[in-house]
Amino acid sequence: MTALAPTSVWKVGVVASVHTETPTGRSIMIDVPGWGGNLAGQHLDLRLTAPDGYQAVRSYSIASASSGDRVELAVDRLPDGEVSPYLVDELQPGDELELRGPLGGWFVWRPEQTEPVQLIGGGSGIVPLMAMARAHAASGSTARFRLLYSVRTPEDVFFKDELMAFASSAIEITWVYTRATPAGWATPAGRVSRDILTSSTIPANENPAVFVCGPTGFVETVADLLVELGHPAASVKTERFGGK
Amino acid sequence: MGIISRGFSGRSREQNPELPPGQFLTEDFPVLSAGPTPRIDTDEWEFTISTEDGTVHRWSWADLMALPVEEVATDIHCVTRWSKLGTSWRGVSLDTLFAGIDTKYGYTMAHSYGGYTTNVPLADLLGGKAWIAFEFDGQPLDPEHGGPARLLIPHLYFWKSAKWVRGIQMHKGDDPGFWEQNGYNIYGDPWLEQRYS
Repeated sequence: MTALAPTSVWKVGVVASVHTETPTGRSIMIDVPGWGGNLAGQHLDLRLTAPDGYQAVRSYSIASASSGDRVELAVDRLPDGEVSPYLVDELQPGDELELRGPLGGWFVWRPEQTEPVQLIGGGSGIVPLMAMARAHAASGSTARFRLLYSVRTPEDVFFKDELMAFASSAIEITWVYTRATPAGWATPAGRVSRDILTSSTIPANENPAVFVCGPTGFVETVADLLVELGHPAASVKTERFGGK
Repeated sequence: MGIISRGFSGRSREQNPELPPGQFLTEDFPVLSAGPTPRIDTDEWEFTISTEDGTVHRWSWADLMALPVEEVATDIHCVTRWSKLGTSWRGVSLDTLFAGIDTKYGYTMAHSYGGYTTNVPLADLLGGKAWIAFEFDGQPLDPEHGGPARLLIPHLYFWKSAKWVRGIQMHKGDDPGFWEQNGYNIYGDPWLEQRYS
């Protein structure tokens, strides 16, 4: 489409830093000369090559949204994964990776959008939503932003400090713990329900743009409930991962 | 060959000739949809083929069920890199549905309940290459996977196999559909790895 975006070209990135986020996940900063930025919500392809030439490619959402040559990924280790255990357990600063992108033009938020935005993330589905929250903060957008973030336990929260900082300023955040809550938490652990969506998300009559990302079962449940609660299907953008 | 990834050995060395380049095998059936899953009752379901002179050919669910049903055993390949081998489907061939259609146009746009669209050359729908499928693995097709009926065009990346299909509109040119306007390839041949635009 756009002749100037060479998304089909593999670029070499160098790992600048890694940060343990959860017991099974980490974030990874990568400097990619020539990257040239990405929109909030886009993803990329990442390619690993073994010494004998064997290659494995996977797609990952990008946690950052900037015009520069640095991208941040956040990866959760899949028990049977081929690529994610390497990224979470093995990769070190200075290592090289091949990246292609940015990719995707649907599940994105642009700072010029003015309507309210409801983000709903499950587990590592927070990653593209984090890019949107960051783009919102960085652009000085006055669009109302609200986030509902569902995790199994308090330990499973990605980007905790940064989200807490957003929560005290630009974004209303609701935390949902499905298996174990923090000590003294007012509500017992449980999955996102119709009641929670009713009480803790921007209602349909305010016409929010809604972005839902997470495991397939989570996204199916949440998207169905949102439609029941009156959101037009066209206002609910989804991104799912994993089988069912 | 790319740069070597320090410490990466990879899991499998079997080069499966049934796998297109850059794909990995899955036993799951992952879901990729851009929005909520539409729930369409077969009582309300309708499928149409619309041609350049304004003619609209219509099939109800009962009409579809009255047509010859084919068993399809095929591999499917998603642009998000999973492939699933030896899947089994039942459906009606597009050859059957196009048998009485008079068109000079060479391209089609598939339309779905929920608003999804995808473009497919007519030649890729005919010749035993595409079906309106309503059963997967011996069971009615789940709404999550496109039920009650979806397009099945297994020789192209699976986003071309429009879920919740409700009609095909003939087009003069190869106009881009939904994902094709959002960064994905206009044609989508997995063996040529035509993922992105």
